[in-house]
Amino acid sequence: MNIILATLAQLLLFLIIAPLVTGVIRTMKARFQTRRGSPIWQPYRDLHKLLRKDMVIPDTASWLFSATPYVVFLTAAMVGLMIPMVAADAPLSLFGGVLAVVYLLALGRFFLALGGLDTGSSFGGLGSSREMTISAIAEPAMMVAIFTVAIAANSTNLSEVAKSAVGQSWRFLAPSQMLAFGAMFIVLIAETGRIPVDNPATHLELTMIHEAMILEYSGPYLALIEWGASLKQLVLMTLLVNTFFPFGLSPAWNAQGVAIGLAFYLIKIAIICCLIVMVETTNAKMRLFRVPELLAVAFILGALALISTFLF
Amino acid sequence: MSSPLGYTFFGGLLAYAVGAIASLISGRIANLARILGCGFALAGGLLEVVSSGIALLASADAHWEIHAAVPFLTYGFRLDPLSAYFNLILSLLAVAISVYSFGYLRPTEEKRTAGVLGFFYNLSLLSLTAVFTASNAFFFLIAWEAMALTAYCLITFEHRKEITRQAGVLFFVMSHAGTGCLLIGFLLLNSLSGSLDFSSFAASSANLTGSMQVAVILLFFAGFGVKAGIIPLHIWLPEAHPAAPSHISALMSGIVIKTGIYGLARVMFEFLGVPPLWAGTMILGFGVVSALLGVLYALMEHDLKRLLAYHSIENIGIILIGFGASLMFITLGHPRFAAIALIAGLFHTLNHAVFKCLLFLGAGSVLHATHTRNMEKLGGLIRRMPQTALLFLIGAIAISGLPPLNGFVSEWLTYQALLAGFGSTEKLTRILFPVAGSLLALTAALAATCFVKAFGITFLALPRSKEAETAHECGFSMVAGMGILAALCVALGLGATWFLPAFDGITQRLLGVRMSGDLVAGARGLILTAGSPRGGSVSTAGIAAMFVILSAVPGMLWLFWGRKGNREIRPTWDCGLPGLTAENEYTAFAFSKPLRMIFAALYQPRREIQAEYDVSPYYPTAIRFDSEIESPFEDRLYAPVQRLVLKIATRMRGIQAGSIHAYLAYIFVTLIILLLFGVRS
Repeated sequence: MNIILATLAQLLLFLIIAPLVTGVIRTMKARFQTRRGSPIWQPYRDLHKLLRKDMVIPDTASWLFSATPYVVFLTAAMVGLMIPMVAADAPLSLFGGVLAVVYLLALGRFFLALGGLDTGSSFGGLGSSREMTISAIAEPAMMVAIFTVAIAANSTNLSEVAKSAVGQSWRFLAPSQMLAFGAMFIVLIAETGRIPVDNPATHLELTMIHEAMILEYSGPYLALIEWGASLKQLVLMTLLVNTFFPFGLSPAWNAQGVAIGLAFYLIKIAIICCLIVMVETTNAKMRLFRVPELLAVAFILGALALISTFLF
Repeated sequence: MSSPLGYTFFGGLLAYAVGAIASLISGRIANLARILGCGFALAGGLLEVVSSGIALLASADAHWEIHAAVPFLTYGFRLDPLSAYFNLILSLLAVAISVYSFGYLRPTEEKRTAGVLGFFYNLSLLSLTAVFTASNAFFFLIAWEAMALTAYCLITFEHRKEITRQAGVLFFVMSHAGTGCLLIGFLLLNSLSGSLDFSSFAASSANLTGSMQVAVILLFFAGFGVKAGIIPLHIWLPEAHPAAPSHISALMSGIVIKTGIYGLARVMFEFLGVPPLWAGTMILGFGVVSALLGVLYALMEHDLKRLLAYHSIENIGIILIGFGASLMFITLGHPRFAAIALIAGLFHTLNHAVFKCLLFLGAGSVLHATHTRNMEKLGGLIRRMPQTALLFLIGAIAISGLPPLNGFVSEWLTYQALLAGFGSTEKLTRILFPVAGSLLALTAALAATCFVKAFGITFLALPRSKEAETAHECGFSMVAGMGILAALCVALGLGATWFLPAFDGITQRLLGVRMSGDLVAGARGLILTAGSPRGGSVSTAGIAAMFVILSAVPGMLWLFWGRKGNREIRPTWDCGLPGLTAENEYTAFAFSKPLRMIFAALYQPRREIQAEYDVSPYYPTAIRFDSEIESPFEDRLYAPVQRLVLKIATRMRGIQAGSIHAYLAYIFVTLIILLLFGVRS
């Protein structure tokens, strides 16, 4: 019973907070650029509106086009249940650890890329090609960082990783952890399609990756994809903060612990948002073929992290 | 022979043999030949599934020996768990491929070739079974050679095409170079044990030391490596596999290359005793290189079958990562880790066989319907061939290692083995494990990219040619053959933990541990763990169940917000450009362009553009575009060897006078020398 309640609670929290994080980042970015920006609730309004709207399906598309939004949304939601969020015990942590997280997100991306190709539009193909390329070269960096974390905790189960760090709360100051954090942060930027890798704010074909793939989606399907994208973003941010800084994670699923955990969690996420906004405002978008260099930096950071686990 | 195991095993062999002869005899009546050839292969496959299934579950160790009139030769068969496991893979594929072939071979009736094809097909199944179950080196080599020869005949089946003949010759040469290595290797082992029996090699493994051990490891690695398609011994594979008829390509990529894997498993884990650390390291290294380069070259292919052939190299690499890690763990004294790594490798062998066979059969259906393998001429097939498209998609998801299908499970186990490896030693070699892991991650992600391309360009959006436009779904038996394999992909993915006890017999015999109890946890044993639930776990069945449960969320959204009938089907928007045609679509070539630029150092792409224009270069009337990438192994490694061999051969011509007297003299002299040799020792 308890596990079902915990699952429901974490699912709801993820579903509700994810659009908010997107809104907060947008507003913060606007303020950094001395604009007023839209209110932080805007993503909710967009979702509400999109869910009510009519949907246009391209006549070239097959059933795969319609299946994609569900797969993208469901994989992101499921991954959210495998990661510790407010309590150290993630509801579905036994169903898959960090490797399953990476591969489930890859499943969502696989379908998204197919959805982009399914319309026959050249923009869809362009987006798919670039998305798959960038995520492929981001993968080794991500895996090295994950290996570092998993070796330190002696487990790929994310709840175990979080618990192992609770006893040694200053572990994140270890060189290996800091380097791995750096690698993961770069991967986060690439995977969520943020500047300097991709620009979430434009629809200009020269710059776009993610937006090009979903160009033909509209109405409720677009709502599912947008929600799925913000879920994925929050999931990766949660992975980052709770593996490296597992402060305030509740040891059990009780009301008091969850409340404290949530407070800590929101603060941590806010800090990560702030970091992302700073990166986004102080950088220009990179040329597509410079991105591999950035990801190579991430890989080197990860590799150094690994080496330093047995040096220090 | 008079046990259920014996009856089914020899019944299966008999069915293959009868099938070969029957289809050859009935060759003039094409319809009958096709049905006999496929029918007996199907029956043989089913019998072998039963016999190897029994042998595997019971961890049996059955021997049968039939003495031949030839000295040294005994037709010795042995079904121990390892043999039974590989025979199970073979027979599962034989069943699916035979069902598929009923429909696929229908067009061959006009040319009356079904009889010969059925003959070689059944013979190759027979020789493959013999390779996996032979219990002595002499019989093994005979079966091995029979397999190579039938494979050659099947590859060059469409021998009127020049390119097919070239592929056949390349296969022939490479294959025999490999067999030569095996022959020397077995003779070396024989010199130690004094017998040709595999069991005697295993018994005398402790005597294998020093330079003899080095020689044995290298010879067998090269010999079996050629067959498995390990880079740099792979060059025949992307030529030969696509050249064969598609159901044969499926057999080749599915199981024939796995004979190399079987041989490596047999020799490295049984005949070596405790292998030296460098052997495991070498295999791990070659595995990583094969996996990564295999997928990188696959990405550059636009020929559907060549693309799949390169992916076979990639997956052989993944299997070898498991094997290499396992051997390293044996040396370092961690039998449990070794068992996990070995299970990962063996499970991936089965998984790759299943999904690669499915994908090749899918490619065969596409070829059958459109008469082209060139992806740039395909497209839109998901509407014209919906069942084939769905089954191909299942194969594509499985080979990309995505959950919840079978490819994910074996890759997950490989990662867990590599992770365990880091803590297994204090030496610097441990850094190899995470590096291999991260390159495996890159490989898997690139494989997903490649299959987005393969599936997306072939099946989605608009057809790019008339052939693709007029394509039609293939017949029932072809869909059924692929359906069996797709069902296996799903079953081995979701029910992976229920399949794991099948490995207990193998790991017990080779490593002395049984792992299935430790690898499985949770209610109904549906959670797969990395040795213990604390170390990490995954449940593909759980993930699949959660997909169903979580789909309540979008369901609720529709209920609260959705409105009825709010879907319209309209032309693709495409940023407002009117009139979308197939020319607007992304091509396979364009899709892989970013990777071609990123890995330019490897590919060394060259391109040539010729534009013709009347008035101004800005208004070209025709453009010709050519692009090619470097093939370093052929140009840098094999070309010099080839030149050298030809040079020596030209010199040798001197003694080939064409006179029969001279030849008789050579024979006489050779005989004398050999006799002197014999007298001295």
